[in-house]
Amino acid sequence: MAERERTSMPPNGGVFVAHSQPMDVEDVRRALWRISHEVVERNHGVDDVVIVGLQTGGVELSIRLAQNLSEIEGTLPPTGTLDVAFYRDDIGLRSVGPAAPTDIPFALGDKVVVLVDDVLFTGRTIRAALDALTDFGRPRAVQLAVMVDRGHRELPIRPDFVGKNLPTRRDELVDVTEEGVALGTYEAAAPQ
Amino acid sequence: MSNHLISIDDLGAEGLTELLDLSDYFLEVSGRRIPKVPVLRGKTIAWLFWEDSTRTRLSFETAAKRLSADTLNFNVSSSSVKKGESLRDTVETIGAMGIDGIVVRHASAGVPRQISQWTDAAIVNAGDGWHEHPTQALLDCYTIRQERGSLAGLRIALVGDIKHSRVARSNVKAFAALGAEVTLVAPPTLLPPTLDGWPVKVTQDMDEACAHADVVYLLRMQLERQEESLIPSLREYTSRFGLTSARARALNPRTLVMHPGPMNRGVEIAGDVPDLANAVVTNQVANGVVTRMAVLYQLLGSGAGLVPELEVERV
Repeated sequence: MAERERTSMPPNGGVFVAHSQPMDVEDVRRALWRISHEVVERNHGVDDVVIVGLQTGGVELSIRLAQNLSEIEGTLPPTGTLDVAFYRDDIGLRSVGPAAPTDIPFALGDKVVVLVDDVLFTGRTIRAALDALTDFGRPRAVQLAVMVDRGHRELPIRPDFVGKNLPTRRDELVDVTEEGVALGTYEAAAPQ
Repeated sequence: MSNHLISIDDLGAEGLTELLDLSDYFLEVSGRRIPKVPVLRGKTIAWLFWEDSTRTRLSFETAAKRLSADTLNFNVSSSSVKKGESLRDTVETIGAMGIDGIVVRHASAGVPRQISQWTDAAIVNAGDGWHEHPTQALLDCYTIRQERGSLAGLRIALVGDIKHSRVARSNVKAFAALGAEVTLVAPPTLLPPTLDGWPVKVTQDMDEACAHADVVYLLRMQLERQEESLIPSLREYTSRFGLTSARARALNPRTLVMHPGPMNRGVEIAGDVPDLANAVVTNQVANGVVTRMAVLYQLLGSGAGLVPELEVERV
């Protein structure tokens, strides 16, 4: 998960220990419905809207968002996936390769792209995604939907649609899964 | 994978599979409106080709440019090599310019390995003598995998001049590592003096080999071999070992026909065979770019030499 990649690891590995659960599964479902309605409202329907989920954390949410939009408006917007590994600004500095396929089987020209990710943190993944999208076409606009905005931005990037603003410490980890949103830290693994 | 790609032995089955998996990502990149990603920005790759090559060099060049690397061509015929500069001095000179990667082709086996000891740059072997041509093997494996999903259990007939072929040596290793059964089809004069340690069967019966093969891989017949009396005549070679139109039509329609190029149409492969539906020669060329992107990225851009991120368990 993108969020997990960005977090520096304890030197000898570690385990993620959840300290609290700011959102349960129902909270995530309701937030996604609200975001869906906001997307429709902002774009006066979904006729020109296409959805792109960021690999890997944003993909599941992007599929659910598209389904919601189809229930609200009666048309299922084209939905794709994007892996930003080749566009990261720390490529070559760390050992990270692509994690999952990029698949955008539709033209972006003159469309409104709704980028979907699970957690917005430094903004660097989104910067990379914006660069990547340029290589696929020239959208009329790009909007950003995230389930959690945890702050600590390092670039001038802001979300258009947010599930929850969650104040965090920089060393904490936000984990969005099917069970909801967990907030925790890495604990060093017990010595062998 | 080490810092260099000199032999298929550097990769093993695991390294091969990793590069083939990585190639899928670059296949997708190659289909984009702008088929270029900024992964090797600021990296410089030099081509050191002491031996002629068109397609391999163009393929590497395309791959490097799609990764946003800068490329330098070292033209041996107009360089100080003509003035008697030694191999080592040439390489150290290039190394001193801060080159990140060197792609080497040389008529002598072992030159890429030797060069790798003289420079910090990553070395990619683009063919050394009769020794190896690992990126050719990689693109061939990728092409077969694309058509058949996997090489495991496939029967591959490798036909022609095995003795003088670096493609054969790299491909036998790679095919076998990925679980294919390789049969060499060649006259004894075109086999190496010993096949000890080669994971292959050998036959001289082309029709028999074609009948059982999932892949018929034809090697280029180097025309000067006729002058060395290794074959009685090209016509006889064609009739016994060539993929004639009649043999091609008798193949199972799913049997792939492959050739590393450049082809001698009418010698090892009949003129109309490359245009058949089961001939994947042009796919091989296209996949050459994609797999070479994977190699250059792996060596120069992925940070693979750096400490890998640790997997974290959730509780």
